[in-house]
Amino acid sequence: MGKVIDVKDVWLRYKDLTVLEGVNLSIEEGDFLGIIGPNGGGKSTLLKVILGLIKPQRGTVEVLGTTPEKARHLIGYVPQYNPSNLDFPINVREVVLMGRMGKKGLFRKYTEEDHAATEKALETVEMLEYSDRQIGELSGGQRQRVFIARALVSEPKVLILDEPVTGIDTMMQMEFYELLKKLRSRVTIVMVSHDISAVSVLVDKIACLNGKLHYHGSKELVPEDVEQVYGCPVELIAHGVPHRVLHKH
Amino acid sequence: MAYRTGYCINTDEGIEVLEILQYEFMINAITAGILASIACGIIGVYVVVKRIALISGGIAHASFGGIGISYFLGINPIMGVLPFSLLSALTIGTFSKRTDVAEDTIIGILWSMGMAIGIIFIGLTPGYAPDLMTYLFGNILTVPQSDITMMLALDAIIILVVYVLYKEFMALCYDEDFSTVAGIPVEKLYLLLLCLIALTVVVMIRVVGLILVIALLTIPAALSREFTDDMRKMMFLSISFGTAFTIIGLMLSYYFDIASGATIILVMSSFYLLHIIIKKWRTISEKPFEV
Repeated sequence: MGKVIDVKDVWLRYKDLTVLEGVNLSIEEGDFLGIIGPNGGGKSTLLKVILGLIKPQRGTVEVLGTTPEKARHLIGYVPQYNPSNLDFPINVREVVLMGRMGKKGLFRKYTEEDHAATEKALETVEMLEYSDRQIGELSGGQRQRVFIARALVSEPKVLILDEPVTGIDTMMQMEFYELLKKLRSRVTIVMVSHDISAVSVLVDKIACLNGKLHYHGSKELVPEDVEQVYGCPVELIAHGVPHRVLHKH
Repeated sequence: MAYRTGYCINTDEGIEVLEILQYEFMINAITAGILASIACGIIGVYVVVKRIALISGGIAHASFGGIGISYFLGINPIMGVLPFSLLSALTIGTFSKRTDVAEDTIIGILWSMGMAIGIIFIGLTPGYAPDLMTYLFGNILTVPQSDITMMLALDAIIILVVYVLYKEFMALCYDEDFSTVAGIPVEKLYLLLLCLIALTVVVMIRVVGLILVIALLTIPAALSREFTDDMRKMMFLSISFGTAFTIIGLMLSYYFDIASGATIILVMSSFYLLHIIIKKWRTISEKPFEV
């Protein structure tokens, strides 16, 4: 199993604020990693560094053995929920087709192959029947499925999700997590979330980020880490789920 | 050639309407109106969906600097506007992407800086500046043939670029971060889009003047958004709206002998406001649960 993502000693400062402090993270092929942490802890920033959207001041990032920029066509990205462009004149099919652009190069029109891949991706997320809907006419959960399809349509090796369940009601969240379970055999998944209990049930490795990253390559969280990250003790047991996140104590 | 248009018309009124088509300036004016509507119909859709009306206003106003310099050098003002508006588009775009200064600050600075340059150069030019009002507020009735040719060329460039980069521009406007990750050169394409806005500004200056450019750039596109969710259809619809409003405004300004650019803008904004009011009134009167 090869390394998919390798982050080494990454430091990032915005003006006076240190957002990432010497972050080290290595993600293996087939991993399903959840990154949790408080708001402003640098979760989205770390994802953007991995995607090559932000350059760190210090440290190196390797994705699939090369730079993030060169590996981009192998990454499927689901950005954070952005309510500002809900009324954009674009339908579900056009949104998913966007995911094929990297394969096309400029000036090229979409081909039959692109349309076929789009249909397949929409089928995977069970949204094919909504192909002609304007994106804003969907519910939050449906829209998120479409964005997953857009990320999958380029047949990526890694799927990167930034707070994918923000603004989605609980029922739809459960369905969404079912979809991720289905996908985990196909791709390596990195998901940022502040929903600790959901993440802990779903993923097989957890990292805690608050400037510094706490990660032991496993799912069990060390209570001291979590306390340090959140600045207070956190209830980590998900209700009704027979699963233990913390060490026995 | 033009006087044959009234040939088969029997009613007095019909003859009167078509009679004005006998004048070459009227034919030129209508042609200019259609050409401007094509440019702003297409580019206006991007301005509206990407919400960059303010940037477009900045580019338009900054290009006044080009007019001032042209007067000073004694060349055709449109020739000065073209490089100047392109330059301000690139400057606004580069600064807003590469520095951490807020975009609206950059726009505000460029906006007034361009106008200041224009004012200084017009002041330095001996004598008075003829047709200055034309460039500020437009005068569609005085568009010369040479400008029509140039507008035609700029329209061709705009159509060609949007045709080949349609999917990229759509992606860029919808989701910049995703587009970057998907591997398209977002910053370069954004600068190109701003340059197309600059070209559109140049096309429109003769029609409504640089002060009123934003209205022509946004109203037809915003109105077309009310009728369709499809970006291509929006473009065709907003070209049609633009053409219709321009011609109505042109006729009104001719018969009442009032400023053409301002009349066109008033026609457009009245239609748009009327549409919004009717829409609001309909939703209120259609409320199913009201007693």
